[in-house]
Amino acid sequence: MLDVAIAYNRYRFLGNEFLTWLWYTLENHSSQLAEIDADLSVLEIGNRMVLENRRNEGLETITIKGDDAGLEEGLLSLKKGALVTEMNLLYRSGDNTWQFNLKGESLNISSFKTPETAGTETKEDIEGAVLEKIFLYEKVIRFVEGAFRHFVGLRISENWDKKIIIQMRQWINKIS
Amino acid sequence: MGLLSQSVSITRYRVQGQLEEPVLDTIALALKRHAVLDIDNDAAEKSCGWTSFENPFVPDFEGSNHLFGSYLVFSLRVDKKSIPSKILKKHFTIEETKRLTASGRRFFSQNEKKLVKEEVLHRLSLRIPATPHIYDLIWNYEGGKLWFFSNLKAANEELETLFSESFNLSLIRMFPYTAAEMDADLSDSDRDRLNQISPVSLTGQT
Repeated sequence: MLDVAIAYNRYRFLGNEFLTWLWYTLENHSSQLAEIDADLSVLEIGNRMVLENRRNEGLETITIKGDDAGLEEGLLSLKKGALVTEMNLLYRSGDNTWQFNLKGESLNISSFKTPETAGTETKEDIEGAVLEKIFLYEKVIRFVEGAFRHFVGLRISENWDKKIIIQMRQWINKIS
Repeated sequence: MGLLSQSVSITRYRVQGQLEEPVLDTIALALKRHAVLDIDNDAAEKSCGWTSFENPFVPDFEGSNHLFGSYLVFSLRVDKKSIPSKILKKHFTIEETKRLTASGRRFFSQNEKKLVKEEVLHRLSLRIPATPHIYDLIWNYEGGKLWFFSNLKAANEELETLFSESFNLSLIRMFPYTAAEMDADLSDSDRDRLNQISPVSLTGQT
């Protein structure tokens, strides 16, 4: 295994490609995500997306924020060579919704909100509350791990160059 | 940021290695040995150690539970004293003036000023209470997984150092490369391919 610090920088692109693939997949092949995670009803883009374009020796950052923000600017950035570096996602399962930010370079999860849980009034309630929260956190963490594992399998397969990347380019180029 | 908060941040880790049996006793002992030390009446500027999740301000672990179901739940506490620069400047100037008057001199050398500053800092550190920063963690010992409830670089670095000192186990942060390497069930040839991939261009240009 590579040195951790070297590996972090060398492979940060892999996380950004993962988020970009995730966006492409949820827009075009959402049933694939349900195959990765049987509990998932719908995965949606939430209220924030950050893209970075590191080509041409410069760094351009595009941030899209807001509950009803359109993602046209994001698609346009992809067309110019950007990748998604951070994304707010809504994970829906049954009647419940989880919301979280996922960062490409670290796969860190932030602003993570689970469905509402009962409050704790006594010390005895705490153990139940902790176990309930663990169960709820695990749903999303399992999804992220499963989706990333699936992506890595695709990324190192022959299909990546022969098929997937071509389809992703076609999706991006549909934008007028 | 507490694990029961409305909104949390999580950094994921893999834990490698085995603890001495009985595992729970080994963990309890390590937590007590590396419990955070109170520095409110001490000149130390920083203290870092474990504390209990249920009672983070009484870090003796007596009577507090750190086993929830099959998960270990406890917290990292980092106490820091930060002396505002203006307070330091005020006390330094007062002390310097007092000593100059007493010695009949007009100024001090750089080294003498440094010594005065250190003495003032020491005295202020005894008077200023430390600010506690508490970060919860959940450790699934059987599964070799740990979730740390902060994405802050400094807090994660403190965790990695203290965890290694306390339990003598490797804590590996999950980021794209480590997640691919350790989590994706790769064969040797898959690993070779992973080590050779380079960024892709979505525009079709290289």
